[in-house]
Amino acid sequence: MRFLKFFENAPFRLYLGIALVALFVLVGVILPWFAPSDPLTWYTAPRNQNPSATYLLGTTSLGQDIFWLLTWALRNSLILGLTVAFFSTVIGVFLGLAAGYAGGWVDRVLSFLMDALLCIPTLPILILMAALFGGQLALPIIGIALALFNWPYPARQVRAVALTMREREFINVAWFSGESSVRILVRHIFPYIAGWSAANFINTVLVGISTESALAVIGLSSAQQATLGTMIYWAINYQALLAERYIWVGAPVVAIVLMFIGLFLVSSGLSMQSAARRMSV
Amino acid sequence: MITVDTVTVGYGTTAFVKAVDAVTLTINDNEILGIAGESGSGKSTLMRAIYGDFSTGLRIAGGTVTGRFEDERTGVVTEAQSRDFGKLWWDQISYIPQGSMSVLNPLMRVEKQVVDGLPKREREGDRAALRARIAKFLEGFGLHESVLDAYPHQLSGGMRQRVLVAIAAFVNPRLILADEPTTALDVVVQKKILLMMVEIQRRLRNSLVLVSHDLGVHYQITDRLAVMHRGKIVEMGPTAEIFANPKHEYTQTLIASLPRIDGERREARA
Amino acid sequence: MRLLRYIAGRLVVYLLVVVFGLTVLFFVPRLGPTDPIEAMLAKVASQGAYMDASQVDRLRESLADTFGLSGTLLEQYWAFIKRILLTGDFGPSLSMYPTPVMELIMNALPWTFGLLLTSTLIAWVLGNFVGLLSGWKPEGTSSRVMEGIAICLYPIPYYILALVLSILFSYVWKIFPLTTTIRGAPWSWDLVTSILWNSFLPGASIVIVVFGWWVISVKAQTTAIKEEEFVRYARLKGLGDGRILTHYVLPNAILPQITFLALQIGLMFNGSLITEILFDYPGLGLLIYSAVLQGDFNLLMGTISLSVIAVATATMVIDLIYPLIDPRIRHR
Repeated sequence: MRFLKFFENAPFRLYLGIALVALFVLVGVILPWFAPSDPLTWYTAPRNQNPSATYLLGTTSLGQDIFWLLTWALRNSLILGLTVAFFSTVIGVFLGLAAGYAGGWVDRVLSFLMDALLCIPTLPILILMAALFGGQLALPIIGIALALFNWPYPARQVRAVALTMREREFINVAWFSGESSVRILVRHIFPYIAGWSAANFINTVLVGISTESALAVIGLSSAQQATLGTMIYWAINYQALLAERYIWVGAPVVAIVLMFIGLFLVSSGLSMQSAARRMSV
Repeated sequence: MITVDTVTVGYGTTAFVKAVDAVTLTINDNEILGIAGESGSGKSTLMRAIYGDFSTGLRIAGGTVTGRFEDERTGVVTEAQSRDFGKLWWDQISYIPQGSMSVLNPLMRVEKQVVDGLPKREREGDRAALRARIAKFLEGFGLHESVLDAYPHQLSGGMRQRVLVAIAAFVNPRLILADEPTTALDVVVQKKILLMMVEIQRRLRNSLVLVSHDLGVHYQITDRLAVMHRGKIVEMGPTAEIFANPKHEYTQTLIASLPRIDGERREARA
Repeated sequence: MRLLRYIAGRLVVYLLVVVFGLTVLFFVPRLGPTDPIEAMLAKVASQGAYMDASQVDRLRESLADTFGLSGTLLEQYWAFIKRILLTGDFGPSLSMYPTPVMELIMNALPWTFGLLLTSTLIAWVLGNFVGLLSGWKPEGTSSRVMEGIAICLYPIPYYILALVLSILFSYVWKIFPLTTTIRGAPWSWDLVTSILWNSFLPGASIVIVVFGWWVISVKAQTTAIKEEEFVRYARLKGLGDGRILTHYVLPNAILPQITFLALQIGLMFNGSLITEILFDYPGLGLLIYSAVLQGDFNLLMGTISLSVIAVATATMVIDLIYPLIDPRIRHR
């Protein structure tokens, strides 16, 4: 129940964000199972339909149902974002703790690595990879690359917390009372960084989805999978704008905007709450 | 001269929390009045009410604080209620805060922070002349001119406090309020600053109100002492008398809890 | 002395970062399943360019050189780093043969920097202004509304906003040009207005997002600084709200933004690349994109190396500026 206690007196934006994100997770995780047919396949529906009871958001000029296409795109984008965030956070927390806790040359090497990775722009590297690997990147490769470039964000934060923790009284007490390092980490330090890490996790989901979409919008992400970005790319590529079929472009755009606002509200709400709680400790 | 007449001060509008309860007191010209009491006794709130600092929900619920200031240079007499004292800040009234690390703007040189807030009459003339006057004034308190070019973090705690005293005194105010000006300083530095304040008061012949929880400080420089406890003044009189013969039980415990005070009380004025 | 040591230390780190970034670039082509040179030759052939056997061989050699594929791995690596760092030579562009890649980059860089710098600056000024005012009175209605707007703007990626702006103002209401075409004689008034007109939408997409961020961050800063003792002291000295805001709160709110800016430069750069591509804006992003489309690997390696170096340099410059601005570090 310590988990629930975290949400006591939480800021309003946290709830709003959670509600928004929950809505998208619901749409992206559950609905795709109910798709009447693979929405990627062309001509499974009549072309260029306007929104109606059968086709909630209308259809594309390629005869795809935009609503179901959107749910699939959402699912793939979410899977990518969550995977990137998961691995970045795991690597980041582990290496951040190692750096802050071990100190010395381990810290120096890891800190340099973090700073260096932070000032290498991710997107050009991904573009380079896409160009070299046959014009498009498969989603798993994008995921791995993004995780490798995004772990320094959580790592820096965790390192900073671990550094101050090392100086705290109760850590010393635990240390001198003979608790093992691992136990100290798990029992005393980890609870402190959990809130920050959660905020960072959500933020990385956002960055992951955003970067893949950026790549996709210019046609360098996977063409085999629908993501929010590739959906936009297809729409532009098949002249949805000239044909004034704005819903085709608009649906993924609105989805990205709303989902990102939700993710941002959750992540900033979590860090506000962590800050408030750290004060009160 | 300030007249505080059965004043009740507190915080909040819907749920009023009383901090000062029907206090009556007079601050005479040419005296150092001490206000003692532990934290939560209402002494800081009383000081804010006298200064006219009604921010963060502070308000007077009853009674009046009236000031009558006579400018010796012009002979002009100003009378006002404390809620209108804002116009007189850094003119007739000034304030010495506790010289903590963050009391001065960390990104502004000391000179600018001295000049900021000076009344028009002090600011007339060119910058160089003003700087020279400030430098000369500071020198009187053992502060070198280079202090003016320093940033706050470059000053020691004692220097910072002396700068704050000098800033407050430079405008020749009729009333100076000092809020725990020597807390968190070591005894030697503390003594220097107290002497500096006495010297200023003697020269300006104005009123100095010293708020401190430290009875030792009051013993050293105040003429009269008011002891506050739970929002009320429980004892008031000449400092020497109170120390020699404390009447109220609370004052007795306060004085008994002091470390032994040896040596003569410094007679500030002859 | 301490400052000099700091600068020297920062420069060493900068060099190491650049070398590290180039190292990553060096290994990326070697991780791939395909031989980049053959892939590239195939691409060039598919573009319909006719080349005889000796030309192909020369091209292959030049490519091997670009990627540093001759000699042992260590020799390749050393040659690659040395060539980029010491000579800045990326060879000739393959799609616009024989224009040197460096020349193309130098033509594109002013556009990218001009766009990013101008829009960041505008957003910064506006964001500070609004953030400061809404942080000063955080409970006011207009302050809450402003924060709400900022929270809705900030999480939007640049390219999405760019897309929305171009749909709204180029397709739906045909106000601004869809793609960038700069006209006018050099140094003429026509040229200036043409540049401004064409830069408006790409610039606006950056301004709006960055503005959202500054409002959020400056508001938070201001709300905290307002409670500082030096602000209270300034108020009790009788200083007016205006002077307190501009001379006490503002400088203290701006300082921490600088370190933040250093962290964000990479992300901002990423965003501007895509914005440029979407608007056909003739900067580094468009150059990278055309290199990808035309399989111009010399140009690709060049533009991407330069992106890494540019971001690292910008980060370093900000790091070096910081102690010059903060007196607590400058005068110790």
